[in-house]
Amino acid sequence: MSTLTDLTITAAAAGMAKGYFTSEELTIAHVEAMEQAADLNAFITETPEIALERAKESDARRAAGNAQGTMDGIPIAVKDLFCTEGVLTTAGSHILDGFRPTYESTVTTKLRDAGAVMLGKTNLDEFAMGSANITSYYGPVKNPWKGQGDGKDGKDLVPGGSSGGSAAAVAARIALGATGTDTGGSIRQPASFTGIVGLKPTYGRCSRWGIVAFASSLDQAGPLTRTVEDAAHMLTVMAGHDAKDSTSAPIAVPDFAAGLNAGVKGLKVGIPKEYTLDGMPSEIQALWTQGMDWLKDQGAECAPVSLPHTKYALPAYYIVAPAEASSNLARYDGVRYGLRVAGDSLDEMYEATRGEGFGDEVRRRVLIGTYVLSAGYYDAYYIKAQRVRTLIAEDFRKAFEQVDVLLTPTAPSAAFAIGEKMDDPVAMYLNDVFTVPASMAGLPAISIPAGLDSGGLPLGLQLIAKPFDEETLLRAAAALEAAAGFDAKPGGAG
Amino acid sequence: MSYTIKGKTGDWEVVIGLEIHAQIISQSKLFSGAATAFGAGPNTQVSLVDAAMPGMLPVINEECVRQAVKTGLGLKAKINLHSVFERKNYFYADLPQGYQISQFAEPVVGEGKVVLDMADGNVREIGIERLHMEQDAGKSMHDQDPKRTFVDLNRSGVALMEIVSKPDLRSPEEAGLYLRKVRSIMRYLGTCDGNMDEGSMRVDVNVSVRPIGETELRTRTEIKNLNSVRFVMQAIKHEAERQVQAYDDGEEIIQQTLLYDSQKDETRPMRSKEFAHDYRYFPDPDLLPLVLTQDEVEAIRGALPELPDDKKQRFIDDFGLSAYDAGVLVAERETAVYFERAADGNDAKIAANWVTGNLFGALNKAGKSIAESPVSADAMNELLGLIADGTISGRIAKDVFEAMFETGKAAKDIVTEQGLEQITDSGEIEAAVDRVIAANPDQVADFQGGNEKAIGWFVGQIMKATGGKANPKLVNELLRAKLKG
Repeated sequence: MSTLTDLTITAAAAGMAKGYFTSEELTIAHVEAMEQAADLNAFITETPEIALERAKESDARRAAGNAQGTMDGIPIAVKDLFCTEGVLTTAGSHILDGFRPTYESTVTTKLRDAGAVMLGKTNLDEFAMGSANITSYYGPVKNPWKGQGDGKDGKDLVPGGSSGGSAAAVAARIALGATGTDTGGSIRQPASFTGIVGLKPTYGRCSRWGIVAFASSLDQAGPLTRTVEDAAHMLTVMAGHDAKDSTSAPIAVPDFAAGLNAGVKGLKVGIPKEYTLDGMPSEIQALWTQGMDWLKDQGAECAPVSLPHTKYALPAYYIVAPAEASSNLARYDGVRYGLRVAGDSLDEMYEATRGEGFGDEVRRRVLIGTYVLSAGYYDAYYIKAQRVRTLIAEDFRKAFEQVDVLLTPTAPSAAFAIGEKMDDPVAMYLNDVFTVPASMAGLPAISIPAGLDSGGLPLGLQLIAKPFDEETLLRAAAALEAAAGFDAKPGGAG
Repeated sequence: MSYTIKGKTGDWEVVIGLEIHAQIISQSKLFSGAATAFGAGPNTQVSLVDAAMPGMLPVINEECVRQAVKTGLGLKAKINLHSVFERKNYFYADLPQGYQISQFAEPVVGEGKVVLDMADGNVREIGIERLHMEQDAGKSMHDQDPKRTFVDLNRSGVALMEIVSKPDLRSPEEAGLYLRKVRSIMRYLGTCDGNMDEGSMRVDVNVSVRPIGETELRTRTEIKNLNSVRFVMQAIKHEAERQVQAYDDGEEIIQQTLLYDSQKDETRPMRSKEFAHDYRYFPDPDLLPLVLTQDEVEAIRGALPELPDDKKQRFIDDFGLSAYDAGVLVAERETAVYFERAADGNDAKIAANWVTGNLFGALNKAGKSIAESPVSADAMNELLGLIADGTISGRIAKDVFEAMFETGKAAKDIVTEQGLEQITDSGEIEAAVDRVIAANPDQVADFQGGNEKAIGWFVGQIMKATGGKANPKLVNELLRAKLKG
């Protein structure tokens, strides 16, 4: 059965449609894989019973001629930031101890309605704050890839973050796809670290309703898959306007998988010069150049563009995101749900509950966020950061007057060892230097596995497109994917 | 007749600004679908959004926006087509989100004005600084258990309008008039029921004092959460006097938040934990800016009901009422509606006298509001009709009204049952006149001797003889004819 776990979503759907195997068989294979890979700590909560029940329902639908589409019967993993009815939802935090929502997020409802089978809830950085999946209350996630050289021999590596559990599960062939959320790179960077595809849609494309909020103006759900086509299929189901989310866009959702193979002839690809960083590994620079060639070979035109405010994106992000987080996380007060640590007064209860319930990184960001919103600092930090954000969006808008998509590296490095950069938050924040600008501008972006570094670890390339132009983004991504021909697998997977 | 406070060295005036927190009349809350009815069991009107469950998002209730715009138009205020909801961050057990969604830098309604009719007949114009929408918090109950606090989230998320006046008020009386006027406007508009005892209207008062003639504003204090017009007036009086006393004693007034104890008639500072210092306002990223079009505003303006000031002018112009009577009749929407129904087809001035005189008197005595009046506007209309068409005299009408008020019966029924129809048969009246003249030769002589006023005595005697039912005009005519004859 092991080959079932190595299928793509598209291939698995075709296999079920042809009756080669059932969703139940497919699901059992993945449940077994989940059990065997427990060491990765990719899941906080495994839900094999729910998975088998939904798989049987899918098979029954198919038998009755009512199969719902590509996602029907497909086993997927769900980042534990999505509220799932009756199933523990933790956001990777101690403070949500025992929280079982009475409701299901819009995105997971759509997936469920489309027949997708939930294998479990994946591990993540606490409240999605992190780039290595080391801040989870439930322990770090291990990257299924192992590196050689550069001091990485045999060491456990991080899968990236914050959607590290989802990325590890998809890379390790535990799930055919997974949901993630991306605030500053939390889908794309782990996709790059684990050799899979990660898509952050345009802000407003997917409903945020029922997703535990980190930074409301940046959070966006998206798929992690092993192919661009799979990402397109998942996004088609996940996307859509939701009246319950005022920031979700009332824009029609096309079948994103339909135009994937239209090619890139004549497509204008911008290469932002500000994404060349001092000290960036030469392998990444080389891969980036290779990416340009791959697209040019297929008829695209590459041209340099300038995004002059790029260098301000990361500092501005680390003002805006913590500011919103400090307010969003105020509701975790021990009064109504989750952890409560008793105190002799209301304030003491707050202090004890939040002190014990939040980990270091969350506390750090709540403190930063509270500080930048404080009287006397608000204008200097928050308002200025918002102005920077406007300038960044304007940079992109101007660039997109000349080009259709932008090509950049996804992350400035390959996966690093668990334990590295732990004591230096700023070094950790630099992981997101290439992903944050698109987040700040609300643009759709995707990471494609494009090659391996000298140590045998995957590296990704990022494409960025205009708002709500996921179709062009996916078309360019498909071309890049085809040229890269990335078929490496993590050791022991598949 | 300005309001002044005598200090050691001279007279002081008080400067007052009010913040009214008015609950918007709407089926559901400002950002959730939960119901808003008063008096429901604890935590029975709480949605996932109101309880701030993880991942829940606010969605603006468009009806609440229309109500706020309507109120803004009623306050003759500028409507801002672009406004922004912000988060006001503070921790409290009955504030589930850890922030209140409010409007701060960009409110939906800007400057406006309210006209006050002063007791001396003068008119005062009070500026409105702004009106913004915000969520209410829940309720903490500290008296249900010796060790624990209970929280009721029914009010959590209920839509409020905060109406901020300019510091234009100069006496407790003006503050009271202003509150009643704003409440009246909202009731006319149907945007807030103004029931202060149910908490649907609460008031924060900003008070400072300064010597007469000084133009700068001095340090103010804020008295929070007053729930009756009377308490507002008392608290202002008390606080203004306290401040003058403090200045006289060489003390400084510090800017602080106070609570008013109506039992002891004193203000005391709130404990520092009862208010936060830094609310860290920032635009709520879960909500888009609130954008209205001028067309939408005009549509709301076009559908506004007649407001008290306009109604008053119409009563004066069309009905010939005095400014005073018109003012009394329009002060409450229900009164104005009552009056117009009662006056329909009748003499408006007589109707006004009946409503402001007999009806108000009876209601006052019975401790009832006009909405609870046992005599409906239609019943009053019928009664006035009976007077107008001569079925009963004005004097008899007073008795009929009393019976109506007591029994709730219709005027016609009472008149018929008790045989109170006016006697207009001149033969019957003539007989009574003859009898009275024959029986009182001394009074006849008095009248004929030149005491014209004695006619009143005769009228009284005849009315007595006819049980008050004789038509007074006929009585007069016949008496004069017979006595002079």
